[in-house]
Amino acid sequence: MLNISGLTEGIVLDHIPAGKSMEIYRYMGLDKLDVQVAIIKNARSSKMGKKDIIKIEGGLDNIDLDVLGFVDHNITVNVIKNEKIIEKKKLSLPAKLTNVIKCRNPRCISQIEQELPQVFFLADEENEVYRCKYCEEKYRR
Amino acid sequence: MLRHLLNPMDLSVEETADLLALAGKMEANPSEYAHICDGKKLATLFYEPSTRTRLSFEAAMLNMGGSVLGFSSADSSSASKGESVADTIRVISSYADICAMRHPKEGAPLVAATHSLIPVINAGDGGHQHPTQTLTDLSTIYHLKGRLDSLTIGLCGDLKFGRTVHSLMTAMSRYANVRFVLISPPELKIPSYVRESVLERNNIPYTEVVSLEQALPQLDILYMTRVQRERFFNEEEYIRMKDSYILDRAKMALAPEDMFVLHPLPRVNEISVEVDSDPRAAYFRQARYGVYVRMALIATLLEVKVC
Repeated sequence: MLNISGLTEGIVLDHIPAGKSMEIYRYMGLDKLDVQVAIIKNARSSKMGKKDIIKIEGGLDNIDLDVLGFVDHNITVNVIKNEKIIEKKKLSLPAKLTNVIKCRNPRCISQIEQELPQVFFLADEENEVYRCKYCEEKYRR
Repeated sequence: MLRHLLNPMDLSVEETADLLALAGKMEANPSEYAHICDGKKLATLFYEPSTRTRLSFEAAMLNMGGSVLGFSSADSSSASKGESVADTIRVISSYADICAMRHPKEGAPLVAATHSLIPVINAGDGGHQHPTQTLTDLSTIYHLKGRLDSLTIGLCGDLKFGRTVHSLMTAMSRYANVRFVLISPPELKIPSYVRESVLERNNIPYTEVVSLEQALPQLDILYMTRVQRERFFNEEEYIRMKDSYILDRAKMALAPEDMFVLHPLPRVNEISVEVDSDPRAAYFRQARYGVYVRMALIATLLEVKVC
């Protein structure tokens, strides 16, 4: 059993499907933060069998909940203060994503236009379909 | 308020009806509209050649007393020097009152509209949208049949890759009692996303058939498109199928007297020239309706006073 010390103040992303934590780390740009980040892979879980957990030191302003909602809206977000959970954030699929994912359609204007933000909108919530704002091509995960 | 036309669905059913009615008045009394755009300039920003569409826009503006400026390929524009769409439209906004943009990259007119001070009309962006073609088709159907509802529309040929067909189906799905007969070889049937997002979502009745002859007797409108050799998996299949989708006088004999044939043009060989003299052949009139509906669109977006 691996022990990682508790957080005094920070965010715990729990119930991440096993193996998905590095994807979340990249999407959320956690490598660019100058704070302590702990990634726990394949932790035992009664609900999921195995799960990943990410602990991030500092306040909520360090993370973009929209990005997290896009990656997996079933992840639990616990806000920790004085070593206690003071809030559980509910995630949902964001209506819009800016500069999170890139359009892969070679015919899209976003491939050539200088400094054009990559914008996707939620076109079908039930099937979790995002489409590029410019060419309307479906984003394939 | 500054308005653009980027997607045929940007216009409500009421706005579309107003445009078609204005196009009809313009056709009936062209002289009344001959000076409504005096002193106004249309910029045609064509990053890829499309002579027919560009000339239709230019004719529309000239018919209303306006003038035109622009370029007809990326080579003759500042895009060849690497200028962005955003910068180009900022500059053009100072030169013209309205612009029509054709661009090989999908979404380019949307980028232009974001930065523009003048109305932007999408004149075709790659395989994405071509709203004035859809308006032309709607205008032709409306003026020939007197209505856009209660119609059986046959769409024939390449229904898989045909952008005009998908846009027309989407636009027609907003009218009551419309049904489609989809006529194509199995390889070129409509894609599943069009079937789901347009037909099934709106409960539009449709049938899919392989034989044009079988479909013809039940149609009010036949919309022809070209079946291209390169779309087929093999040469034998192409040779076996190609003649089935060529409309000739013998096939026209199976069609009702009040059916009309439309085609977005250019035609290659999918409609035999012997059909041209048939009063039901409406594809050249369609090009004419295209000019009037573009006139109505330009006048509306410019908010010029019309009777």
